[in-house]
Amino acid sequence: MSNSFRTTNSTGLINKDKKINFTFNGTIYHGYEGDTLASALIANGVHLVGRSFKYHRPRGFLGVGVEEPNAMVQLHDGNKSEPNIIATEVELVEGLKAKSQNCWPSVQFDIGEINNVLNRFFPAGFYYKTFMWPKSFWMKIYEPFIRKAAGMGKAPLLPDPDRYEHNYEHCDVLVVGSGPSGLASALAAAKNGARVILAEDKPNFGGSLLTDEVTIGNMSGKEWASDTISQLKSMPNVILKKRSQVFGYYDHNMTVMIERVSDHIENPSKYTPRQRLHYIRAGEVIVSTGSIERPISFGNNDRPGIVLASAAKEYMKVYETLVGKKPIIFTNNDTAYSTALEFIKNDIEPIIVDTRDSSNGELVKEVQQKGISIKFNSGIADTKGHLKINSAIIGKLDSSKESFISEETVECDCICMSGGWTPTVHLSSQAGNKLKFNDDIDAFVPDKKRQKETAIGAANGSFTLNQSLAEGFQVGFDLSNKFTDQNNPTNSPNSNEPSYEKHEKLWCMPLPSGKKPKRFIDFQNDVAVSDVELAIREGFRSIEHVKRYTTLGMAGDQGKTSNLNGLQYVSKIEKKIVPEVGHTTFRPPYTPVTIGAIVGREVGNHYLPTRKSPIHTWHEENNAVFVAAGLWQRPRYYPMGSEDMNSAVNREAANVRKNVGICDVTTLGKIDIKGPDAPEFLNRVYTNAWLKLPVGKARYGVMLREDGMVFDDGTTSRLSENHFHMTTTTAQAANVLSHLEYYLQVVWPDLDVNVLSTTEQWSGIAVAGPKSRDLLSKLFPDVDMSNEGLPFMGLVDSSIDGIKARIYRISFSGELAYEVNVESNYGLYTWKKIMEVGQSFDIQPYGTEALSTLRIEMGHVAGAELDGRTIPFDVGLNSMVSQKKDFIGKRSLSKDAFTESDRQTIVGLVPLDKKTKIPEGSHIIEDNSAVAPIPKLGHVSSSCWSVEYNNPFSIAIIKDGKNKIGKNLYAVSPLKDISIPVEVVSSHYVDPEGSRVRS
Amino acid sequence: MLEIKCPYCGKRSQNEFSYGGDATIKRPQLGEEISTEDWDNFVYYRDNPRGKHSELWHHVSGCRQWFKVSRDTATHEIFDTCKMNEDFNV
Repeated sequence: MSNSFRTTNSTGLINKDKKINFTFNGTIYHGYEGDTLASALIANGVHLVGRSFKYHRPRGFLGVGVEEPNAMVQLHDGNKSEPNIIATEVELVEGLKAKSQNCWPSVQFDIGEINNVLNRFFPAGFYYKTFMWPKSFWMKIYEPFIRKAAGMGKAPLLPDPDRYEHNYEHCDVLVVGSGPSGLASALAAAKNGARVILAEDKPNFGGSLLTDEVTIGNMSGKEWASDTISQLKSMPNVILKKRSQVFGYYDHNMTVMIERVSDHIENPSKYTPRQRLHYIRAGEVIVSTGSIERPISFGNNDRPGIVLASAAKEYMKVYETLVGKKPIIFTNNDTAYSTALEFIKNDIEPIIVDTRDSSNGELVKEVQQKGISIKFNSGIADTKGHLKINSAIIGKLDSSKESFISEETVECDCICMSGGWTPTVHLSSQAGNKLKFNDDIDAFVPDKKRQKETAIGAANGSFTLNQSLAEGFQVGFDLSNKFTDQNNPTNSPNSNEPSYEKHEKLWCMPLPSGKKPKRFIDFQNDVAVSDVELAIREGFRSIEHVKRYTTLGMAGDQGKTSNLNGLQYVSKIEKKIVPEVGHTTFRPPYTPVTIGAIVGREVGNHYLPTRKSPIHTWHEENNAVFVAAGLWQRPRYYPMGSEDMNSAVNREAANVRKNVGICDVTTLGKIDIKGPDAPEFLNRVYTNAWLKLPVGKARYGVMLREDGMVFDDGTTSRLSENHFHMTTTTAQAANVLSHLEYYLQVVWPDLDVNVLSTTEQWSGIAVAGPKSRDLLSKLFPDVDMSNEGLPFMGLVDSSIDGIKARIYRISFSGELAYEVNVESNYGLYTWKKIMEVGQSFDIQPYGTEALSTLRIEMGHVAGAELDGRTIPFDVGLNSMVSQKKDFIGKRSLSKDAFTESDRQTIVGLVPLDKKTKIPEGSHIIEDNSAVAPIPKLGHVSSSCWSVEYNNPFSIAIIKDGKNKIGKNLYAVSPLKDISIPVEVVSSHYVDPEGSRVRS
Repeated sequence: MLEIKCPYCGKRSQNEFSYGGDATIKRPQLGEEISTEDWDNFVYYRDNPRGKHSELWHHVSGCRQWFKVSRDTATHEIFDTCKMNEDFNV
C-alpha cells in the first residue's frame, strides 16, 4: 500500500520530496506535502472512509473540496478530537490521526449495515410514523436508540486546549474566491486603488485555473493565476487570505470568514491561534465562489469509487493521484471529457457513457480522435461491489430516456460522473439576493440584490473563461471606482478555452429491469429518489416540506451536491418547471465552523470582564468568600477558622448590632448631577419632593418606570445649589444612568442638567453599629459627630491622613451608621486605617450575606422586593409618593388595579417553630389541607436568620398583607417538598420606630 | 450585525448601541389631565410596522447620546440617522 495510485507526472502542487506519515483507522500510511487527507488516502488505494448516516452503507469520496458529503472523519484524539471533518478539506500534516465514524466494530464490517438490508422499513419520515406509540416510549426507548444508530462523529468531552482569535477588518472590496473571475476583479479593484481583501478557501489560489487547460494572454491559466497573485501581493492595499472561508453574509455587508491558521503546521508556536475568525465589514462584496459539479442519480450510485468527474480531474492535476485505473466517465455534458483526456494523458483509457445522442464539442472530438469510442444515448443503471465498486451495468436508453433497452455489465474501479454545474450562490442568497432560475444552465443564479453584493463568473452562471474574466475586470473596476478617484480601468486579456456543447436535462437514470436499487440524491442524509417520490405521493407539495420530510439537503453539507437534483426531480414528478417549485433557503454557515472559533478568546475568566473594588486585595488576604454581583466580585462573608457560612454571617451581623462592622459598598452606582435644573429634574425622576432639600443633606429617593413599577432606590445628596450626588443599587447602576440620559436628551431636552457616572471614582466604606460614632470621632477628630453636629441624613467633608473624605450619615443596616467616601485610589488605605483604629471598638468586616440579614430584619426593601412587579404601595413606600407634584410613572399609580386596597403587600413571616428557615421563593397559602389548585396569596422574597431574635425571619409579599398581620399561614416550597406554618408579622421586625439610625 | 451612523461619532458597529423603541412616541406633559386609555397608549401600545420605522438608539458604549434612526424593519436598511433635535433628510 504505498502510493500505488499516483500519476507519474509531477505537474501538480504536491512535493514528492517531502513524505508525510499519517494514520487512518490505526494503519500508518504516507502521503506528500501538499496532499489532503483525501488525496493521500486515494493515492494509497483507500476509498472506504465511512458509513452513511441512516443505512450505514459503505461510502468513499465524492468530491475534492467543500462539496464532499461522504468522507467525514474523526480527527485526532483526546482533547483535540474533532468530529465530522471533511477529509477533502484536511491538509496532511505529520502524525495526523484520523478514523472513520458511524461504524462499529469497523468500517469494513459494520453491524449497523443491517439498516441497509432493512431499508424498506426506513423510508422518508419513518420516525414520524413508526415511533408514535406508545407515546411514553419516544423519550425513553426510540429516541435514544435512533440517536445512537444514526449519527456522525463524537464530540470530545474535554475542554478544547486550542487558542482561537477574533479579528475585525474593513475594506472597500471583499472578493470571495480566487478563480479567474475573482482574481480578475481583485486585480482591477486593487489597481484602481481600492482596499481589497481576497479570500480563498483552499491552500492555493487559482480555483479552476489550477485544473483547466486554458490560456490567458500568453500564459497558461495556472501561470496567469500565479502571476496575478504576485502582483496583488506586492500591493499595499491588498490583503490575501488563503485557507479562509467566508461562510456567512449578514446585514450591512458584514461577512464572517474563518481562517485555518495552523491546522496544517506540524508544530505551531505556542501563541499561534489554531483558527481565526474575521469579521469583515466590506463596502462591496464580490461573490466569485464558482460552481459545484452535480452528481447523477442511478442505481447504487453511492459506492466507494464513484466520484464527481471534476474531482477526479483535480486529484490527477493538483494531487497527482488517480481515483482509479479502470475508469468509467458518465456524463450528460461536455466538461467531463476533460477528465477523460486527463486519464488518457496518464495512459489510461476510460470508458465513456454519455446520456446525449451526440455532441460536437471540441473536447468530445479530441477524445474521439484519440481512438476512444463513446457510448452515447446510454446511462449507468446499477453498480456492484460491496466495499468498493467493481463493475457497472451500462444500459442503452430508449428514445424517451425513461427506460433501458439493453444492459451490459462492465468492469471498472471508479465512475467519474458529471451532471453539469451548479453556481455557488449561497453567499448571495444569504445576503438577501432573490435568485432566478436560468434555463440555459438549469440552475439558480443571483438576480435582485438587497445588499452591496455582486456575483460574477461561474457563481453568476457565466461558465466560460472569457465571460468570467470580462465580468471580473469590469465589476472590479466599477465597484472600486465608488471608493477611489483614480478611474483606472484594467483591460481583460485575451483568453483561449475549448468550446462546449449544451448539457442534457437528465439527472436521474431509470431503474434497471427487474430491480429497485437505491438511487441517491443526498448522500450525506441518505435521501434517495424513492424518498422524494414517497413524499410527493403522501401529499407534500411545498419544496420546504419535501425538504423537511425527506431531510434532503438538511445535512452538514447543506445539500451542495443534492439540492438542485432534488428540485429537478420534484419538478419532474409534479410536471412543473423548477422556478415554480422554488428553492429552499440558504443559511450561514456555508461550511461547518468550529465552536471554538466562534467563541474566540472569550473563555474562562475572559468570558466576562471582572470588576473589583480597590479594597479587593484586602478581602482576599482576609479570607473573604466572594460572590458575583453582576460583573462585580463582592465579599460574601469572611469565615474565621472552621466557621461555615451560617455561623460566619450570624457573627458578622450580630457584631454590627452589638459593636461596629465595616462593609465595602464601593459597588453602589454613583451619578454626579449638575446644572441649574438639577433639583427640578430630580423632582421629576423621584416620587418624593426634592426642591427644598438643603445643601449638605441627603435624602432617600424612589424612582418608578412609566408603568408605575418601582425601578430603583437610593440616597441622593445635595452638595451645592446645583450639584447633586446620586447613588443607585449595584444592579441597576447602568440602567439608571441610561434612564436619566433618556429623559434629559429625549423627553425634556429643555432641562439644563448634566449627568455622569462616578461609580469608579469613589470608594465607599460603610461603618455601622452602635460604636460607629465613637470610631468615627477618633478617625475624624475635627468633625463634630454628635447627633446635632452630623444628624441622620447629614453629610460633611473632612480628611483622614490628608486624604479628602466625605462622610454621609446614612444607614442600610438600620443601626447608627456612616458611609465614608474617598477617592478610589485611597479606598484600600482608608479601609485599612478604619480597621486599625477600629480594633479597640471590636470592629469586624461584614459581607453581602450579613448586609442582607441586617436589612431584612429591618424590613428595608432591595432587589428581591423591587422585582419590577411592585408599586410603592406594595413595598411599604407609599409615604415616599408625593401627592403634590407629577413625576415619572405617577399617572399609572391611579389606575384601577393599582388602587385596590387588597393588593399584595410587604409583610414579615416568622415560622411557628422558630427554627425552620423559609426558602426564598416559597408560596404562601392559607389552607394547608386544601385540594390543588390552592389559591396562592403571595411569595417569600427574602429570608434570613434574625440575629436580633435568634430565629428565622422572612419578608413576603402577600395579598392584603396589612390585614393578615397576626394570622397563621403556610409557606410551602413544592421544590423542596416542605410546608412551614408561619405567623404574619410586620416587615419592620427590628426597631420599627427607626430610633437606632437617629440615635 | 448592523452598522449604525451615530450623528456624533460616525459609523459604528451595532454592539456599541442599545435600542430604545419607537421615536415617534411623545410623553404626555407633566401634570396633564389624561385618560387611562391615552396613558395606556403611551405606556404600552406600539405599532409594529413592516418597513420604514423611526426609532431611538442610545450610543451606550460610546458618546452616550440618544438619537433617531430611520430603519426598514424588514430589510434592516438604514435610511438616515439624526440628532434628537433634527429631522431625517430621507
